[in-house]
Parts: sequence; structure tokens; C-alpha cells
Amino acid sequence: MSDSPTDAAAFACPLPVASDDKITLAHGEGGWLTRRLIETVIAPRLGCTAQNDAAVVAPTTDRIVITTDSFVVSPLRFPGGDIGRLAVIGTANDLTVSGAIPRWLSLALIIEEGFPIAELECVLASIAATAREVGVEIVTGDTKIVPRGAADGLYINTTGIGVLTDVPPPGPAAIEVGDHVIVSAPLARHGFAILSARENLGFEPPLKTDCADLGPLTNSLRTHTLLGTRESPVRAMRDATRGGLTAVLHEWAAACGHSITLDESQIPIRPEVEGVSQLLGIDPLHVANEGVMVLAVASDRSQQVVDALRAVSIGHDATVVGVVKPKSIVPVSIKRLLGREQPLDEPSEAMLPRIC
Amino acid sequence: MKYLDDFRDPAVARRLVQEIHATARRKHTIMEVCGGQTHSLLRYGIAEELSDVVELIHGPGCPVCVTPASAIDAACQLATGDDVTIVSFGDMLRVPGSNASLLDARSSGGSVRLVYSPLDAVRIAQEQPETQVVFLAVGFETTAPATALAVLQAEQLKLTNFAVLANHVRVLPAMELLMQASDCRIEAFLAAGHVCTVTGITQYEAFVQRYRVPVVVAGFEPVDLLAGILECVRLCELQTPKLVNCYERSVETIGNRSAQDVVDEVYEVADMTWRGMAEIPAGGYRLRDRFAQFDAMKRFSVGDTAVAIDSTDCRSGDILSGRIKPPDCPAFGGRCTPESPLGAPMVSSEGACAAYYRYSRRSTAS
Repeated sequence: MSDSPTDAAAFACPLPVASDDKITLAHGEGGWLTRRLIETVIAPRLGCTAQNDAAVVAPTTDRIVITTDSFVVSPLRFPGGDIGRLAVIGTANDLTVSGAIPRWLSLALIIEEGFPIAELECVLASIAATAREVGVEIVTGDTKIVPRGAADGLYINTTGIGVLTDVPPPGPAAIEVGDHVIVSAPLARHGFAILSARENLGFEPPLKTDCADLGPLTNSLRTHTLLGTRESPVRAMRDATRGGLTAVLHEWAAACGHSITLDESQIPIRPEVEGVSQLLGIDPLHVANEGVMVLAVASDRSQQVVDALRAVSIGHDATVVGVVKPKSIVPVSIKRLLGREQPLDEPSEAMLPRIC
Repeated sequence: MKYLDDFRDPAVARRLVQEIHATARRKHTIMEVCGGQTHSLLRYGIAEELSDVVELIHGPGCPVCVTPASAIDAACQLATGDDVTIVSFGDMLRVPGSNASLLDARSSGGSVRLVYSPLDAVRIAQEQPETQVVFLAVGFETTAPATALAVLQAEQLKLTNFAVLANHVRVLPAMELLMQASDCRIEAFLAAGHVCTVTGITQYEAFVQRYRVPVVVAGFEPVDLLAGILECVRLCELQTPKLVNCYERSVETIGNRSAQDVVDEVYEVADMTWRGMAEIPAGGYRLRDRFAQFDAMKRFSVGDTAVAIDSTDCRSGDILSGRIKPPDCPAFGGRCTPESPLGAPMVSSEGACAAYYRYSRRSTAS
């Protein structure tokens, strides 16, 4: 036993002190345990050195784009990813689909008392690796500890700052009748991966999330001069996260005042996802994605856009799945097997697997 | 999955649609018994495509829909009690009882968990010996074997904290009740493929002869359904009541013997109240006396739930018996939607009202 004043075991304190393998409330009290947590566990893994209350970043002449997102996913680890990777990718993708280049990220951790420090270290390592992959710098952060039961292990909030280096797409209000709707990758992999992991559904092989940085897709579009100029054929871009493709299209239909019709036979869905979707009775078009970009594009250049997306590994399955039509009473519809169009409603409920 | 694609081939489906049109010399009324079939028929636009020659009546084969409100009331009551966890399938959580659903019970602090298989409920009981785990068991002959297995497993493990609120129902007695109604318009049945996978099809022989009505066992993919409907139309035109198995890739004549044996070991046939349809003689199963210790209704004192009544605005009884179509119900799409359902057929992913709301609201909205 050491006599060092920083050694918790040396204090004859009647209160329980922090153990080294679990987060305790004391880690959030702002004292030396907090400092030790930040200095020995968090900062080194993220490569942060700043000791000030706020970060000062390099000046830029570009316009700034800011977004924020909170991550409360359960379970924290799932096939193909974890909450840390999701917290970086999710926020970076929101910047990317706004036409910005992600540059800086803040990181706020809300940790439940009793959370294993080893698991926190894994999440931090994942955050650091993903930030390097995406090319964003984590410049500031915060850590709060809440009593057992007040949170589900670990929640993360990230705020992302990006820069607009060229002309962003005009947005969904500019979508015109005749435009094509493109998706960049097969749908519903993230939502079903999480659901199977959470409910222990035990599919073999396990379904993996599609969680991926969408930056390479926009980079490819820029390289092919399809994005970043006033002549760009891209009207709007979105990542189809919660609510899936359906939620994005409903927002777009409302914004542009037209209707959108999907062609079911063209929608890329992996056979294993299709199987799980049928087994559980959940429509894959309502299920969340973390690596799928949806684009509305002028029809005469949609093939060029598809080709540019397919030039990137995460865009290999990019395809035109729908077309914008004059406004009808149904904002979003889908052409089924026999050619009949049916309304495609917005998802409104929690995903509950059906009985048989 | 490639294999299943054959049963969704648009060209084959279109050929079958044409053949049905060519075969029918008048319009026929066919009931598809199973809710899963109802959803496929509406999702793929088959009901609409055939509306000139075939009227499809949507049968009561949605287990969630026919589970009585009193069973949900009992489950809610148990869930909010001390040290009891109610476990059930996803769909059941949303179905309203006379006051609340299990999801409501959960938001007011009740312990409710979702499982995919009854055996998961046994696992939960093993993992949480201090908690009484009650599985709200619903479903037709398809899910009854899995619940029976769960009970046998709990017995083998000598679990004292596992029980079942059993509400399993049997299809054939409900079909008999429908045929006995004086206003019955059903000319042929599409029998539920998955139920027949377990029960086999010999039980339908006597039914076909007694009621002089064709029964065609069909699957759930568009081509399966169209082939089944074509067979129904042929038999109606020939006025030949016959039992035909159009789902041979899944259904054997004798069914699944081991599943039948397990059900027989654990359950006995009993009269059963079906939501919206009254009590059906031999319409369900109850646990045999040997398994009384696993019967939640015997193990726990559940208050009087017999007063449970469905919303008076809800015409689910008429819908489940095929007397009216969901859009004919005055509450459909207005006071009753999937977000705030008045009756179970609007809740379940297999319920006829939910299927109409989801796939063919356009025609009612215009």
C-alpha cells in the first residue's frame, strides 16, 4: 500500500471509494477521481491534450455547419459496430449529407454508476479509431456519472462541426417532378442487427450493421463533378437512419409538394435481411440504416450519379428505386409485384416482432 | 431465398390471375382463414386484382385478434403485481384489454418482456428465480407445440416460478361455427398453410363432406395464394366439394406427429371464448390437470375480468366472421387507427383492419 495522497486505498474514508474496474459516482464529482478518469482513461485514448474548458480550432473562411445527435443504443456492442463507432459515424454522416466536410467533434459521455471501466476503454478506442477513419478531430468533451438505474450503461452525445467548401445541394424543396430517387446500399441492416442483438434472436450468421462513413460517396460525386457546383444534378441527400427510407421520402414529399413512387422490384435488400423481415413481420423500408444515403437527382443524369456511387465500395449496390410524380392524395407509394401502387405509410410504432 | 423468389414471380402471378378470370363464370366468395394470408393478398394487390371474379372474406385466423380482452386484463393485472414478469410475443403487447394494453401496463411500472419463443420465457425464469415469470401464450395450432414444449421443459427443470396464461385456439371449430351461421356466404376456404403443417389435413375431410364446401390448403406467397384461389374457383365452378393440398412443399397429409404429441401431452381440448366471436365449442386448449402448477389462472389470484367488454364502436366481431369489410366499420381510419386501436384486428400485423389501413386506404380516402 502506498502513502501517496492520490492512492484511494490510503484514505481512511468511511464512504466507499472508487474501485479501479467500475465507474462510481465519485468519478463524476469533479475531484481528483474525475481528473484521473479523464487524464488516464479518456484523453489518452482520444489523443486529446487540451486542458481548457473549451477548444479553440483553426480559422476557416468557409461556412460552418453544425449538427448534434445523442446515442442511446442498446446493446452497446452489436455485430459490426458499437455505440462509439455509431456516435462518430452518425454525426459525421449528418454533416456529409448536408454537403459539408466533417472537421471537429465534441464528445459528451453520460455513464451509469457501476459501468465497467474496461468496457468504457473499448468504446473510447472505437471512437478514436472511427474518428481517424472519418478524418474528424475530437476537440472537447464532458463526462457525467448518474446513479445506477438512471441510465442504461452509457449514453453518448456528439456535436459535429463541418465546413462547406463548395455549393451544397439545394435541399428537398427543390425536388422536381420526374426526378429519380437513388439509394446507395441495401436497406435495413442496422435496425435488424440491433433488434436481433437486443432481443437475442440468434440468427446465424448474425446480421451485421451497415454503419459506415458516407464521406467516400460524396467524395466520389465531387470527383465526377456531380456535386459541389450550381450545375449539380443532386437536389437533396439524406442518410436514411431512424424510420428508414420511408421516413426520408415522407419528409421530402412534404417539403417539395410532390408525390414519390417506389418500385419494389428495384429496392436492394439482402436475402438474409429479407428473411428476417418476413420472419418478424417488420417492413424493411421502415427500418433504420447507418450507412445508406438517399438522393433525389435530376433524371437525365441519374445514371451518372449511380455510376459514381458504385465506384466506392459502400456504394456498390447503388440503384434508382423511385421517381417523383405530380402530387396525389398519397405522398409516398410503392409499386408492388403485380404493378399495383399502394400507399407506403410512415412508420409510427416501435418495432415489435409479430407472433408467427 | 432464391427458392422463394419463384413464388413471387410476377409473370407466373399474372398468368394465374388470367386463368382465374378465365375459369370463373360468376363471382365466387372465398374465405382465407389466416391473417398472414390476408396481409399477403392485400400487400401484393391480389384482392384488388381479382375483385371482379372473387370476393375474399378475411377469416378469424389472427391469434392476436381473437385473444379475449379478459386474458389481456389478467396479464396486465399480474404484470403490475409484485415480483411478476409477464412475457409474450411482440404483437400482444399493443392489444388493448378492456382498459389498457401490456405496453400501457409497462409504462405504469409493470414488468413486461417481449420474447420470440416460449422457450425464452423458460430461460428468463431460470435466470431470475426470485421472479414469477408468466408467459401469455396465444396462437393457433402453430404456436401451441412451442408453448407445450416450454411447459415440459419447465417441469423437467423443476421450475416453481414459471407459469402460462394459456389462450391457444383451434382453427377447425371456428370454421364450423362460421359455416353454421344462417347468413354464411362462404363458398370455399383457403385453409391456413402453417396450421396444416402441424395438424395435417385429414381433419378437413369430414368438414368438407359435412358442409359440402371445398377446402384448399394454401401457402403465403403470391403464387401460392393465386394457385389456391384458382383451385377454389375450379372446385366451385364444378360444384365439387373436395379437399386439395396446394401447399405440398410444407404440408404433409398427416402433419407433424411429434408436435401433435407434445400438444396432446400438455393440453386438452376445451371450449374457448374468441374475442369478437363468442364461445366456440372445442375452440381452444387448456392445460391438463397434471400441469396445474404451471397454469397462471390457478396459481395466481386474478381479479374478476369477466366483465371485460370490447369497445362498442368496434365491429371486430363482424369483421372476423366476414360479415363486413374493415372499411365498412364506422370507426375505421377515424377513431380507430394502428396508433390508437379500438380492437385487436387494427393492432396485429396480421389483423384484417391493419392490413386494410396499411395497403388500401387510398380507395377509402378518395
